[in-house]
Amino acid sequence: MTDLVELKAPSSARRTARSLTLAVGLILVGLHLLVGILTLFWTPYDPTAMTGGRLAPPSWEHWAGTDRLGRDLFTQIMIGSRIALTVGAGAVAIAALIGVTLGVLAAFATRTLDDMLAATFDILIAFPTLLLAMLVVAATETASLFSAILALGIAISAIVGRLTRILAKRVLAMDYITAARTAGSSWLSIVFRHVLPNIWPTLSVNFALQFGIAIIAEASLSYLGLGAPPPNASWGRLLQEAQGTVYTAPFGAVAPGIALVSLVIGMNLLADGLRDIGDPTRRGRR
Amino acid sequence: MGSDLPLAQQFVHFISSLARFDLGTSFVSRVPVLDEIMARLAVTLPLTVLSFLLAIVVAVPLGIIAAVRADRWYGAAISVISQLGIAIPVFWVGILLVTVFAVNLRLFPSGGFPPQGWGAPLAALRNLFLPIITIAIVMSASLLRYVRSATQDVLGSDYLRTARAMGSGFGEALVRHGVRNGAVPVVSILGIELATTLLGAVVVERVFALPGLGSMLLLAIEQRDYPNIQGVLFISTLLVLLIGFLADLAQRLIDPRLRERSGNRP
Repeated sequence: MTDLVELKAPSSARRTARSLTLAVGLILVGLHLLVGILTLFWTPYDPTAMTGGRLAPPSWEHWAGTDRLGRDLFTQIMIGSRIALTVGAGAVAIAALIGVTLGVLAAFATRTLDDMLAATFDILIAFPTLLLAMLVVAATETASLFSAILALGIAISAIVGRLTRILAKRVLAMDYITAARTAGSSWLSIVFRHVLPNIWPTLSVNFALQFGIAIIAEASLSYLGLGAPPPNASWGRLLQEAQGTVYTAPFGAVAPGIALVSLVIGMNLLADGLRDIGDPTRRGRR
Repeated sequence: MGSDLPLAQQFVHFISSLARFDLGTSFVSRVPVLDEIMARLAVTLPLTVLSFLLAIVVAVPLGIIAAVRADRWYGAAISVISQLGIAIPVFWVGILLVTVFAVNLRLFPSGGFPPQGWGAPLAALRNLFLPIITIAIVMSASLLRYVRSATQDVLGSDYLRTARAMGSGFGEALVRHGVRNGAVPVVSILGIELATTLLGAVVVERVFALPGLGSMLLLAIEQRDYPNIQGVLFISTLLVLLIGFLADLAQRLIDPRLRERSGNRP
């Protein structure tokens, strides 16, 4: 493997650009992760306490200003990091569980079952993640953080399922699978010893991309009022509240958005970096 | 509606009404669902189609420049900006545009739609201007990446090298041989993007308080108005399928190889 990488190694400028991609991605995501963990123990202010004037502009005491009830916005944005990461991780975990299971099942299944699963994936993928999530929320009685995570996880699982199915089929056509079958391996051991390790690099890149998509979708759900209810300081809800006061306090709509975009860009760069590591033959493309 | 019937019977009832294009009446407003949908499509369709066209006009040239001039600073800058564009939620773009153009500059209304609708075409267009820009910004960012990638494929192709070797200028070779080849994958993406925009109009219509299909769906979800939810979903699925079909047709028009292959299929 190392030899191949060396043989096909791109120009040093491009290699620097690649490691820069990964580094910036890691720094952005790591920063949000640190802030998210920090909020479990400490925040600058009590997120629900009125600590200053209403709709105060950014100052030394309140870095991002205050909201319409005088609560510190920077504190809420920090907590937003934790919520966004929870939603992203939760949704991707659920999507991975459902999607990988069904995808592998489809790859192994009889023709009819495979066709049915493939058609289901395709139909679900035809709809945007956000719309599917809205429908799952519509079907549940009360909105909570968990219902948002579940909705997004189910919506994303079709994408993961289709990808897994295609990748797994490609692996199953390999000679070493025939060899393993001849040697008497059960299908379960083929899944865990051959299929999953081989498709993991591609899947993990996709998980990172879906993580970002889940964060945007959750923010949109919260913005529409279908996400986690008020005590949860989701960035989407902060932006929705800021829009309500956009004539008197336009600054409130800036900071939560920057936080959101920085995390999503971090995730996308991380995915790009992971892909370059996983596939040394990709050259000249990002 | 027959909501008191057993589920199976309700389903048969729903399907048989659907076959007669009867989508039922709203639980809340008592208006026939199809009438309401038609009224709201008058907002959503122009919004979607105009932002789609604007996105194409912006993204196609920029995407080609980003690929052809990847080694210049502006080519790289276009790529970086599009990376930014795909990470931005569409509603934040909307809020920022409202802040700048409606609140600070007071050039456009921050939302709403004239009560007489398209009876006041200038006012209607003025109200749709910021929403259209909002969708077009986000859409062109992702479209640009596909155009750039398709152009990169064309640039690395043998036929382009042959055309150059036979004496065509770079621009001439790209226009004569590249456009058709590059257009095939882009058109299939365009179909998906158009469908996504149509369904994604939900968020933008909320930002700008537009009485479109998306806000109808949102209101229906909030009120648990199931006939309206079903109706909007049915019509939008129909539109999505139609768009996919048209994209397939367009691909065949562009690439004769696709026509032959399907014609010869046993």
